[in-house]
Amino acid sequence: MMILSGDPPRSRVLTLVLVVIILALAATPFLFPGAKALNVAAKICIFAALVASYDLLLGYTGSVSFAHTMFYGIGSYAIAIALYGMGPNWAAVATGIVAGLPLAALLALAIGLFSLRVAAIFFAMITLAVASAFQVLASQLSWLTGGEDGRSFQLPELLRPGTVLISKNLFGFEINGRILTFYLVFAISALMILALLRVVNSPFGRVLQAIRENRFRAEALGFRTVFHLTYANCLAALVAASAGILNALWLRYAGPDTSLSFSIMLDILLMVVIGGMGTIYGAIIGATIFILAQNYLQSLMGVASKAADEAGLPLLPGLLHPDRWLLWLGLLFIASVYFFPTGVVGRLRHGGGKKTAGPGH
Amino acid sequence: MTDLAATDPLPKPKRDLAPILLPLALALLMIPLIGSTSSWLTLTVASLAMGMMIFIMASGLTLVFGLMDVLNFGHGAFIAVGAYVATLVLAPFAASIQADSLWMNLAVLGPAALLSMAVSGALGLVVERVLILPVYGQHLKQILMTTGGLIVAEQTLYALWGPQIIPMPLPASLRGSFIIGDVAIAKYRVLAMLIGLSVFIAIQLVLNRTKLGLLIRAGVENREMVEALGYRIRRLFLGVFMTGSALAGLGGVMWALYREQVHASMSDDLTVLIFIVVIIGGLGSIGGCFIGAILVAMVANYGGFLVPKLALVSNILLMVAILMWRPRGLYAVTSR
Amino acid sequence: MSDLLKLSGVHTHIGRYHILQGIDLTVPEGQVTMLLGRNGAGKTTTLRTIIGLWQASKGEITLAGQRIESLATPDIARLGVGYVPESMAVFSDLTVKENLVLAARDAPLDDKQLDWIFGFFPALRRFWLSRAGSLSGGQKQMLSIARAIVEPRKLLLIDEPTKGLAPAIVMALIECLKEIKRKGATILMVEQNFFAARELGDNVLVMDNGTIVHRGEMAALAADVPLQERLLGLSLEAHQ
Repeated sequence: MMILSGDPPRSRVLTLVLVVIILALAATPFLFPGAKALNVAAKICIFAALVASYDLLLGYTGSVSFAHTMFYGIGSYAIAIALYGMGPNWAAVATGIVAGLPLAALLALAIGLFSLRVAAIFFAMITLAVASAFQVLASQLSWLTGGEDGRSFQLPELLRPGTVLISKNLFGFEINGRILTFYLVFAISALMILALLRVVNSPFGRVLQAIRENRFRAEALGFRTVFHLTYANCLAALVAASAGILNALWLRYAGPDTSLSFSIMLDILLMVVIGGMGTIYGAIIGATIFILAQNYLQSLMGVASKAADEAGLPLLPGLLHPDRWLLWLGLLFIASVYFFPTGVVGRLRHGGGKKTAGPGH
Repeated sequence: MTDLAATDPLPKPKRDLAPILLPLALALLMIPLIGSTSSWLTLTVASLAMGMMIFIMASGLTLVFGLMDVLNFGHGAFIAVGAYVATLVLAPFAASIQADSLWMNLAVLGPAALLSMAVSGALGLVVERVLILPVYGQHLKQILMTTGGLIVAEQTLYALWGPQIIPMPLPASLRGSFIIGDVAIAKYRVLAMLIGLSVFIAIQLVLNRTKLGLLIRAGVENREMVEALGYRIRRLFLGVFMTGSALAGLGGVMWALYREQVHASMSDDLTVLIFIVVIIGGLGSIGGCFIGAILVAMVANYGGFLVPKLALVSNILLMVAILMWRPRGLYAVTSR
Repeated sequence: MSDLLKLSGVHTHIGRYHILQGIDLTVPEGQVTMLLGRNGAGKTTTLRTIIGLWQASKGEITLAGQRIESLATPDIARLGVGYVPESMAVFSDLTVKENLVLAARDAPLDDKQLDWIFGFFPALRRFWLSRAGSLSGGQKQMLSIARAIVEPRKLLLIDEPTKGLAPAIVMALIECLKEIKRKGATILMVEQNFFAARELGDNVLVMDNGTIVHRGEMAALAADVPLQERLLGLSLEAHQ
């Protein structure tokens, strides 16, 4: 229990689901052949960490930030620009990390301090405005960021697919740089999620929840809410930027669509709501469900759209077109906020007959 | 009977003029910086026209928030819907639009704008009942629900009209400029200013001269007390919400004509702009919203002329500057 | 004498907090009933529950024979309940006149009623067209009370009208409230100031921890110093 910071899943089904997900992710290179499966698995790992860090804000402090992709993008671009500019070596990776993480933390600090000076209700709007300005900035400063094209780069030798570490053994598997990169992504994501679990179960995490329940009361009890909220913002930004670094390393690319666009923000929101706000575990479930659906259901939509088109049905082909994926996502989002506000984790914890106490009790 | 006020100092009604002077000062400050008077005048007119359009779109949002504490992140959807609906009228009557007669142009433009307002207003009714009523009083869920609503609205527009940009040419008689000396003032901008100013005056008249307006202003300040006086504020709110949505639709038509194109993503860019205006103005304040819209437009136009690179972040800088000065916006009217 | 307002077994929860824990009280018609007790005893919550700003989670509230506990605030107000909240809640952006125009829900402002109000609140006439936000604290309190009586109401709920006012103004306010009482108003009033309570009250209720711990005639409580100390000494202590 030490590793889970005394906050186990508290539901037999949930535990089972989590174990299956984690084992499947860990064994993806051996269980599911092909580049697509590995890509999906890596994306699930990265987003699980990213969404968990967003949950720290949304679920534990109750503040809605629209700037989370900005921090994710800062991490992605930092590593991409460093590797692009300095060439594929470890010094460049280190430079990207050393430049990206503090930049994200400082920006989070600035937004946090500024937002806390003004009415709390402005926070969501301010983060939206800052994030959109950052997005424009990133696409305009093309000498640095590559503009709309983004930046592609080479990884250091060790992490390249061509680097064979263990040649095909008697089981028929080859361990190459790509698989090493995958495990790097897997391990770091897992560490970040465990760290977040530790944070929310520390006295600091309890204060955050007290602030979420009643900010005035928390203040009256003597907590410096400004300090706590800003600190939570910076932590979340650091994890998001780290997830961005992993994302860029995995894709060997950073661009507006993969690391900055507003639709990533929506994806994050959806994952955290589907998984269950304020649980951290919800991030893993939400990311898994969402990314699997995105990768496998979207192609189904194309089939359905074509079928409807051939059947001569009006409107349906347009509505089912894979490009309209977001439409169904939006509807799903509204429905989950409305009918399913505690998400999968909340449902499994409280719906399974055995009543357990919620977080914070 | 004692006169309770005998010892009290005579309170004098004081109007807070500093925010009003802000755009004036900014405009005057720009004369020497821009250098040429004619460019300055053109830019100023452009700012005012753009500001009026933004004001029309933002006015509903600020009242909705002020009155019911509702954060509508989907307000931009009404803008896009308004613009798309206008194409339904403008496309079949393209010939009348291209005819060089002001009256023929207006005979098409007027109904198009009215239809847009009607559809946006009706959509407002649906959104209020379906998305906002169930999560009333819960900010977090309001933000999530209305964000979801924005996505659904945008995607539905794409599904109905296709993802391409739809051209929306200006009517023939509104193209071109009035030339006064060496100053060129675009005709459409004059029309936009006139409409914006009329909307502003109409809103002010309703808010200040009618009992309904008094109720809205009182409700913005203290909703509970209005209810304790015996008024059903929910109905009032629904009315304000629908009016605000209809105005956003009108703003959408005007903006589309200004840009001469329609695209569903216009709601994204404008949402950010509108939020900045509403924050700068102070949530719930129509006057603040008006000044905020003009300031945002001035910064965009003057800034774009003087330091084009800065234009990207100029709105954020403006917002930071104003909030440093007044943390609750230019006019803080809500008691919250 | 009949009871205009009756609460029986009323419970109110605010979030996770159980504030009112079974309130039983009656307010006789044409009399002033004072609600006393220390801070946090639930006095304001009682008034807010009656006017419907908090929903009672259990119990019955009857106004002139009609059950009102599940009605919405505007509907309760329309049955003839005037409310003067602790915060006064004048609409500061509106003028004195506009505040009263809104308060006169059913008809245009009645000149006779206004003259009666101006009789004891002359400041309101003087600042008729000033923004309510520019009034002094005492004047805001007058406006808030005037709003509740600008049209005849069956029942007035008044929450700590003397709070934060200078002693001279408190004296004047007591005179005004006596005048309103003389006109036959039924009033349920929360008060911390025992002097004001003694001057105005016919009956008294004392609350503690969300329940009524004493009910009786004001005169009896005023004469019984040990009882006062037992019931209200606590409150003085809690005030420090």
